[in-house]
Amino acid sequence: MELINKQEVSKKLSGRLLLNKVLKYIFLLFTLVGLVVLATLLIDTVLDGWRYLTPDFFTSYSSSRPESAGIYGALIGTLWLMAVTAPIAIILSVGTALYLEEYAPKNRLVNFIKVNISNLAGVPSVVFGLLGLTLFVRLMELDSSVLAAALTMSLMILPVIVVASQESIRSVPSTIREASIGMGATKWQTITRVILPAAVPGIITGIILALSRAIGETAPLIIIGIPTILLFTPTGVLDTFSALPMQIYSWVKLPNPEFQSVTAAGIIVLLFILFLMNSVAIYIRNKYSKRF
Amino acid sequence: MTSSKVKEEKNMNTVYDTAVQDRTEENRTIEQTQAVFQAKDFNLWYGNNHALQNINLDFNENEISAIIGPSGCGKSTFIKSLNRMVELVPIVRTEGDIVYRDQSIFDKSYTVEDLRTKVGMVFQKPNPFPKSIYDNVAYGARVHGVRNKKVLDQVVEKSLKGAAIWDEVKDRLNDNAYGLSGGQQQRICIARALAIEPDVILMDEPTSALDPISTTKIEDLMHELKKDYSIVIVTHNMQQAARISDRTAFFYQGYVVEYDKTNVIFDKPKDQRTEDYVSGRFG
Ligand SMILES: Nc1ncnc2c1ncn2[C@@H]1O[C@H](COP(=O)(O)OP(=O)(O)O)[C@@H](O)[C@H]1O
Ligand SMILES: [Mg+2]
Repeated sequence: MELINKQEVSKKLSGRLLLNKVLKYIFLLFTLVGLVVLATLLIDTVLDGWRYLTPDFFTSYSSSRPESAGIYGALIGTLWLMAVTAPIAIILSVGTALYLEEYAPKNRLVNFIKVNISNLAGVPSVVFGLLGLTLFVRLMELDSSVLAAALTMSLMILPVIVVASQESIRSVPSTIREASIGMGATKWQTITRVILPAAVPGIITGIILALSRAIGETAPLIIIGIPTILLFTPTGVLDTFSALPMQIYSWVKLPNPEFQSVTAAGIIVLLFILFLMNSVAIYIRNKYSKRF
Repeated sequence: MTSSKVKEEKNMNTVYDTAVQDRTEENRTIEQTQAVFQAKDFNLWYGNNHALQNINLDFNENEISAIIGPSGCGKSTFIKSLNRMVELVPIVRTEGDIVYRDQSIFDKSYTVEDLRTKVGMVFQKPNPFPKSIYDNVAYGARVHGVRNKKVLDQVVEKSLKGAAIWDEVKDRLNDNAYGLSGGQQQRICIARALAIEPDVILMDEPTSALDPISTTKIEDLMHELKKDYSIVIVTHNMQQAARISDRTAFFYQGYVVEYDKTNVIFDKPKDQRTEDYVSGRFG
């Protein structure tokens, strides 16, 4: 006796195939909803802000008149912020990742720390802003300086880079570590000559993605009291500054409707920078992936 | 050298053994050779797993010593004890001693880096660095402080020639070693080990991941290397042990059942378990 009735099977087959097809289109629709909304947003912003993207826009400070408002101060401020944040964040997080993966003993405490670093990556940026306000702005009396903001941003993106670096270091096969150690290389030589070179693409990808998160962050900057409009650029890390997201945030609040277009122009610049950074990250990841 | 020639040589060894004059001559050479490694009541635990039990073995200079035995009997653990790589596993604990050229390798004043410079290792799976062929072979010399490009060039050429792969790669030293075949990669790894000018070379199943032709090449190479180096090789291929080694240790469940000249182990072993294993009855 046949356990599966062949006739029944073929009778029901068309129904199954139909369901299969219908679901495919339903899911495509869901995907499109997201894409369409995103595209509308982008197109709307670009159309709105396009005519303000003149050379003057990049070379003038903000102004109360929309036609002469520019992002010079904010752009330079953001560059300062990134230039100071990047080295602090990179040194701290790659060092942490190296310690955790290569040196730390394998015990409960270290495991606990590892788990919590991943958890830190999910802490809202406002919380880091509050930490920065208490610790750097008030306690260390750095005021609303580039350094205070950079330290805050570094702490905020630290967990992201640590986790990315850890994964990257862990993916270096133990066989090539053994090869190095087996030739009498010290641990440090093995790290600098074998592990880091092999892990660096993944680490850089993590760094860029983390920095691109920091570049768009507004909340921590607001909390540590970074001014929204500033008519000079910093000359040192202890000077105050403004940043792109702060500038955008301040324009969008202005009553003059023309400023909505200026805002759009600012957003285009910010998005372009983000897009550029993410492209570099993706390029590096694709170029160096699957090497083992 | 072809495999038939290898066989011939093994037959010749048997002929040697039966001829009385030749035997005395062989005994004399063995007396002359010196032990490079001596394990003395060596014990090792992974946590509670007593993986090596009372190991007593002497490995001689300019000989190929083979370690055979069923999977999980402690061959890798033992060979990795000889350069203290086994200590990378945190739960490892040892007792007893291993002496390398009259000095205990566990001596406080003996740094592992120093030991591993004299005792090189070739691993089961070819494990070149994701670097150029040149940088792979020059790695050891650079780690030990050689900066001079001329010296490095010489080291690389000499080592690649020593590993019988110079002709195959001399025109593409700057290519990534990952582009080579498995057999070539393994010879690059041997060249890399030779480049630190070791005294002893440890090999843990160096041909188990390779095809028969590459295997033959590496076995031939080992015959050459024996003139200048002492070699300890782990293999689960008994024919390989029979073909290439001078002495063979049979490991079983963490201890040495029998250790003798290779032809004794294969032709007239004293222990029943050795006989069962080499005749393929278990393992
Ligand atoms: N890293 C390790 N941690 C714990 N136990 C191990 C480890 N490596 C090997 N062992 C144990 O030691 C014993 C010998 O293993 P091994 O030396 O790898 O055997 P072989 O190389 O002869 O196959 C086995 O029981 C194995 O489970
Ligand atoms: Mg093994």
